[in-house]
Amino acid sequence: MIPEIGHFALIIALCLAFVQTLVPLLGAQTHTVQWMAVAKPAARGQLLFIAISYACLTYSFIIDDFSVLYVANNSNTALPLHYKVSAVWGAHEGSLLLWVLMLGIWTVAVTVFSASLPRDMVARVLGVMGFVSIGFLLFTLLTSNPFERIFPSPVEGRDLNPLLQDPGLVIHPPMLYMGYVGFSVAFAFAIAALLGGKLDSIWARWSRPWVISAWVSLTIGITLGSWWAYHELGWGGWWFWDPVENASFMPWLVGTALVHSLAVTDKRSSLKNWTVLLAILAFSLSLLGTFLVRSGVLVSVHAFATDPARGLYILIFLAVVVGGSLILYAIRAPYIKSSGQFEIFSRETALLINNVLLLVATLTILVGTLYPLFVSALNLPSLSVGKPYFDLVFSALTLPLVLVVGIGPFMRWKSTPINQVSKRLFKIAAIGLAIGLVLPVMVAGRSTILVTLGAALGAWSIASAVYYLSKNIRLTEHGTHILHRIRKIPHAIWGMSVAHLGVGVFVLGVTFVSAFEQVRELPMQVGQEAELSGYLFRFDGVRDVQGPNYFSKQASVRVFKNGEPVALLLPEKRTYLVQQNPMTEAGIDSGFLRDVYVALGEQIDDWTWGMRLYYKPFVQWIWLGAMLMAVGGVLAASDRRYRLKLKRRRKAAAQDFHEQQVTAVS
Amino acid sequence: MIFTVILLVGLGCAVALALYAMRQNIMLFHTPSEVVTGEVPGNRLFRLGGLVVAGSVIKADDGLTTDFGLTDLNQSITVRYTGLLPDLFREGQGIVAQGVLNEEGVFVAQEVLAKHDENYMPPEVAASLKEYRDSLPGSMAEYGYETP
Repeated sequence: MIPEIGHFALIIALCLAFVQTLVPLLGAQTHTVQWMAVAKPAARGQLLFIAISYACLTYSFIIDDFSVLYVANNSNTALPLHYKVSAVWGAHEGSLLLWVLMLGIWTVAVTVFSASLPRDMVARVLGVMGFVSIGFLLFTLLTSNPFERIFPSPVEGRDLNPLLQDPGLVIHPPMLYMGYVGFSVAFAFAIAALLGGKLDSIWARWSRPWVISAWVSLTIGITLGSWWAYHELGWGGWWFWDPVENASFMPWLVGTALVHSLAVTDKRSSLKNWTVLLAILAFSLSLLGTFLVRSGVLVSVHAFATDPARGLYILIFLAVVVGGSLILYAIRAPYIKSSGQFEIFSRETALLINNVLLLVATLTILVGTLYPLFVSALNLPSLSVGKPYFDLVFSALTLPLVLVVGIGPFMRWKSTPINQVSKRLFKIAAIGLAIGLVLPVMVAGRSTILVTLGAALGAWSIASAVYYLSKNIRLTEHGTHILHRIRKIPHAIWGMSVAHLGVGVFVLGVTFVSAFEQVRELPMQVGQEAELSGYLFRFDGVRDVQGPNYFSKQASVRVFKNGEPVALLLPEKRTYLVQQNPMTEAGIDSGFLRDVYVALGEQIDDWTWGMRLYYKPFVQWIWLGAMLMAVGGVLAASDRRYRLKLKRRRKAAAQDFHEQQVTAVS
Repeated sequence: MIFTVILLVGLGCAVALALYAMRQNIMLFHTPSEVVTGEVPGNRLFRLGGLVVAGSVIKADDGLTTDFGLTDLNQSITVRYTGLLPDLFREGQGIVAQGVLNEEGVFVAQEVLAKHDENYMPPEVAASLKEYRDSLPGSMAEYGYETP
């Protein structure tokens, strides 16, 4: 009964999505106020029914209703409760439901915070978001119904994929989807502006906090994914350039470009065309990412053949959304006037270079990801584009990008006197270079040109952010207390500086871990010791551990440095009872300057096990840097500028309404 | 104007960089039959895919080096790998290895890939098996192979 309610609720949500799309869009075209007013209640109603549907599926998981095919395939009575709840988005069908739920939440958020916007704008934005929702709801209902029953129903479920039974992966997909779906707001705004033919900088100002919030979610989502891979896969890597990873990284890169170009459009009314195009691209890549990952196309083009309906639907929907919006863009873009002029040495140019580099990076990744699919679709000999391609291409593009990150904040809008800026930049460059020369030698006792370059660039970015902040603190309200001045600095400046600091921290982390990490694979007997980078690993033995739905061999490895105990590591080899897959759980001791990491291999004889030992300097800086970027985003989105404007405009709107009433009465 | 110039320069660089990197780093996929008939140039990194021959896995005394046969049901090649094998490596499993062919005709793998799903068969392997499946006297399962 409950699954049927969920199914019906989803159908009702689809009907409401149609209403939310058609009526307000027609209303905005014909200036019919009543029709436009339908948008908000329709959007809220849609969310209500999606939420009901989602709750029904969650309930089916909690009570182990294996008569629902999706539950039977992805759950088990022995699965712990929190994994039952997260198993809802553990596979294709449920994750689509999560996607539409997120879209509903973002749409309702737009209805709540849009009081200050013109009526037709809101109607168009909600209409476009409704259209996206139709696409996903139809896809779910027609090709991937999570409520499908199975008869006779199995007594026991096939269990959640053991790889997904990890806290990191519980939060990873929702954060990722928050980000993907968040870009739909920017997309809807861009399309609404194109439809209405009105593209002023209010549009940009209004979109900025939304885009930044979406970008923050995506940043956190990707970081969690990378952190999970490091912990769970036992290979000690943090990024594999796997097509699935690339699918989430491309919208992030374009989103980053969008965050920066929106600043230009907002502050300088410039680059409007470009910003609109980026908004469309960011969301298109999000769509591509969601579909490609979940439909299995990335594993093989032949996945299309196993379920042609899904593949065909995806292609048509992508063509309609991406193609449609690009055609609309091509028609309307020539009429968009960008007013702000700028010279070569200006902040606009710096941001433009940043944008081009980010977009070029996206393109090269797109080519590397889709080329093998393309080749295999043409039935040519199959090939793969591996890590070396991406490493080479991406680092070649990151170097100039980080250089610009350090310069950008010191550039002024419109035009910048070169000699004034260059004096500051020389100072920062000197600091960066000094750190780049010294730090690697301090960390590892050696260095190469590439390591020096990487470390110098990381330090350059950090130094630039710190210098910029301290300059701002110095210039704010002379003579007052330092804490007061720190508080006075706008959140936007904090946000930018912290995010750029994060870039530097990230670059340092990547540089050191890739240059200086040490790995050793060896068979170890109980009681045997092995040395790696000054750390002594002693293998004390293996014991059996019984988990809720798995049993495990847990090794105990003690780590010493200079004879002092540093850590006790407990790497495991788990076998999940239902799917019988062995799984590696690495034993990791994380520190600010280094991780030591042990993965347990196979048993060789009674007393000997294969072991993989890692020493990873600065590896935590990778995720620390990424999290700093996210924190920077949160700070930037909370800038007073957006809230004040909103309040003031809301007041103005109320005033306006009041006056209208007065005129109507008189 | 500035805008267009920067954009074009950026795009040009992207294409050049991508082409250069592609040429260096593309890896072709080959089947054991192709290797045996000599279609594969020596001294080049490539990917070899097939099924791990049942009963062929031999551990060397160092406890780390493993030799095993990889077959497409027609020919088989000996693969040598030093290091810990992935969790899902077992006899009969479809896997892909990445490495070079040495002078004795042994494929020295630098990396062995097996996906984290017991029902998963790498698509290239599945495709290559189609050709010889029917010539096998009996079902694949009888020989201890997983079926795609």
